[in-house]
Amino acid sequence: MSVVAEDNSVNQSYKYVGTRPVRHDGLEKVNGKARFAADISKPRMIHGHVLRSPHAHAKILSIDTSKAESMPGVKAIVTASDFPLPKKDEGFPHRSKNLIARGKVYYEGQAVAAVAATTRRHAREAAAKIKVNYQELPTVMTINEAMADDAPLVHENLITKGSDKKEAKPSNIAEMDFHERGDIDVGFAEADFVYENEFTTEAFHQGYIEPHACLADTGKDGRSEIWCSSQGHFMVRSATAKMLGWETSKIKVIPAEIGGGFGGKTTIYLEPLAVKLSEKADRPVKMVMSRDEVFKATGPAPGTKIRVKIGAKKSGEITAGKAWLAYEAGPFGGSWAKLGGWCIFASYNIPNVQIEAYEIIVNRPVNIAYRAPSAPMAAYATESVLDHIAKEIDMDPIDLRIFNAVKEGDNQPGDSVASTGKYPKIGFKETLEAIKNHPNYKIPLGPNQGRGIATGYWFNIAQTSSATINLSEDGRAVVMTGSPDIGGSRASMAIMAAEVIGIDVNLIQPVVGDTETVGFTDVTEGSRATYATGIAVVNAAEKIVRKVKERASIMWDCNLEDVEWVDGSAIHKDGKETPISLPEITAEAKKTGGPLNATGSLETKGHGPAFSTQLCDLEVDPETGRVTILRYTTAQDAGTAIHPSYVEGQMQGGVAQGIGMALNEEYIYNQKGRMENSGFLDYRMPVASDLPMIETIIVEVPNPRHPFGVRGVGEVGIVPPLPAVANAIHDAVGVRLREAPMSPVKVLKALNQKNGANG
Amino acid sequence: MSRIHVECKINGDDAEFLCDADESLLDALRDEVGLTGAKEGCGTGDCGACSIILNGNLICACLAFAPEAQGGVIETVEGMADEDQLHPLQTAFLEHAALQCGVCTPGFLIASKSLLERNPDPTETEVRYAIAGNLCRCTGYDKIVRAILAAAQEMKQNPIIGDGL
Repeated sequence: MSVVAEDNSVNQSYKYVGTRPVRHDGLEKVNGKARFAADISKPRMIHGHVLRSPHAHAKILSIDTSKAESMPGVKAIVTASDFPLPKKDEGFPHRSKNLIARGKVYYEGQAVAAVAATTRRHAREAAAKIKVNYQELPTVMTINEAMADDAPLVHENLITKGSDKKEAKPSNIAEMDFHERGDIDVGFAEADFVYENEFTTEAFHQGYIEPHACLADTGKDGRSEIWCSSQGHFMVRSATAKMLGWETSKIKVIPAEIGGGFGGKTTIYLEPLAVKLSEKADRPVKMVMSRDEVFKATGPAPGTKIRVKIGAKKSGEITAGKAWLAYEAGPFGGSWAKLGGWCIFASYNIPNVQIEAYEIIVNRPVNIAYRAPSAPMAAYATESVLDHIAKEIDMDPIDLRIFNAVKEGDNQPGDSVASTGKYPKIGFKETLEAIKNHPNYKIPLGPNQGRGIATGYWFNIAQTSSATINLSEDGRAVVMTGSPDIGGSRASMAIMAAEVIGIDVNLIQPVVGDTETVGFTDVTEGSRATYATGIAVVNAAEKIVRKVKERASIMWDCNLEDVEWVDGSAIHKDGKETPISLPEITAEAKKTGGPLNATGSLETKGHGPAFSTQLCDLEVDPETGRVTILRYTTAQDAGTAIHPSYVEGQMQGGVAQGIGMALNEEYIYNQKGRMENSGFLDYRMPVASDLPMIETIIVEVPNPRHPFGVRGVGEVGIVPPLPAVANAIHDAVGVRLREAPMSPVKVLKALNQKNGANG
Repeated sequence: MSRIHVECKINGDDAEFLCDADESLLDALRDEVGLTGAKEGCGTGDCGACSIILNGNLICACLAFAPEAQGGVIETVEGMADEDQLHPLQTAFLEHAALQCGVCTPGFLIASKSLLERNPDPTETEVRYAIAGNLCRCTGYDKIVRAILAAAQEMKQNPIIGDGL
């Protein structure tokens, strides 16, 4: 179902926007022909294999590749000495250190060397013959270990960014962020009720089904072509060039289909290794990660420890919010905690706020974005505390949130992320009301069953996008963009182009161009593709319309002002000419000025923040602690849904991943800092039998800064499930789970503690 | 090390390939035969992205040795459509938007084809358990389950004749 805001007067008259055509790339994806990175091969191709560190923290005393070099089929070996010393940390945090270890390994699975050989087996066997002498160092695996007074230092001279440098001494805290508004003490003094608690989450992985893969072909001319799966091939090009010390334009990246990313493919791991191996071997080199490598060397989202204190009046008015956040960043830092701090109270008008966020260095893989990065863990704390407060003041949990919900003109946190500092038009309250009015909110519950609600916020981002439209001789349009299609965005681009040009969506061919055929486009992240690349497409399509009108005026020998463009045809204003269809114009293009094409390329601004409200009904088995999700309903403000099926798909996918976070998923390490569950059997992602249907309510409060009102829909859906599940468990059996994942062991332990206390 | 010569039927055609004794059937299909529809998501039989049908049985191709295919009959996603006519499951997946990135889709199609051959009229729960060996990280399974149920209805009304081989 969908809910359209009453004051939305613009989106009622669309012909293609809001329809559900079969996606243009669908056929190839159901008949096995779609080419993902690992599916691509080249003549003379050889295979690369990465030797990875078995230790979580160790000095590399020496690397001896001589024996490996003499192994059968070996064509090239690379180590850190084959790559230039990083000038400084360019791009994403410490990419160069993460690419291949230089003198030290910081986590189990970090790349140490890579081999290319004629077969995968030869590469693997040769890599095993590389002799690396390690001197093991003490490991720091958790926030508590890292922040202890006597903690071993992962970096001997790390001074906390954002701290008072004069007093600072080296620690495992990479960054701290502090901000406040109002007077926190006054705020809590005004409250009738104050509640504070601490929540922890373990690291979890994006869990895309396609492991990272690439194929590089480096020529004698010093240029390289890379086929790979990523969320942004322009990012792959620039990051790979930097790692190699090359000029960016020496590299061409051709995007393969991407088998899921969720933020995890917004960086590079293999590409510079493959380019270098290919250069040395003078052969194309393919590299494909195993699932074990994906778990140990890519991803995850940080484990966290978050303390939240909220004060409210009996009326429900929140007077103060205080938060302390620590995020496990991996070995090189990042800004995940800061991001969590910006999100943690973003949904509510709280006059007095104080937030402290700490980025913690641990001997774990380098964290990378995972769908609304940092926000789900922050929401776990805030939304659990609000649930408690609603019960204490005997107020409906949705009413409490509606009472305090942010609206247009209120402060938006995170001044470097938000574009204005004030919320633009948003649809948060509408999502709350949609859930409150949904029949699922009133279904009676049985014994051991509970109902939880929670909300989520995500910034969304804008950035740079490009699109080129070429009209073919037969009047069809090829719409080329630089955004990898990670979940149906080709269809969205085609729909928006069809709407502007006025031709059937099936006459549009949407394609993803490589780095040499389409203009620069930022990574598909921050829920930006349909928003920002969509604007580029609309921009190009509007230029196309202008051009075909010109051509019609030439064909009619009339003034341009006399030509109108209606449903894909030129119409003379006075009706004195027979209308000319687009195919008639393109067929005559040679005579009227040449081929018809247009480009839209822009730095977009004005992304719309996203909100979601979710309702979870579940049952707890008191014997085993197992939680079964009975019903799940999610309401999300999409702005305008271009292709509602894929909007629903994003909402449902986010919920399923969030339920995985809530109930099952976690990185488990042993005493030596080695991961013990680096496969899908033991890292338990939700399967079909774990989930019910996920009911979606698309709320449409159009984003005034997009021609069709789009705001990003990809990420925010993952934010509420953690607290929604926790709140439902509390409703079902009266225990508040403050450690995720809320696995049967933890639920049972909490039930036993409660029953013990009662008995 | 000499390689093993394997003869079998793949998607109705006679096929042959050379493989190592310990090579997985998945690697042989992808690297030796050139059928890359089946994907490797884990290599340990946990994700189902490499689902194929061997001698009528749904298997993870990553868990079978390639020489086991000798004399066998293999069905992969590439053989699901009959000429230009898509299998009802393929059509249903498209119409229900039951794929996002699409990398798990070949495995789901094969697993659900196998289900409908065994049980032409499954309940939602039966569908969910039948595809519980296939991981999808994009969709939350909702639209996949709906597509399979819809295809089952379609196939009851319009049975496929001479399906597969």
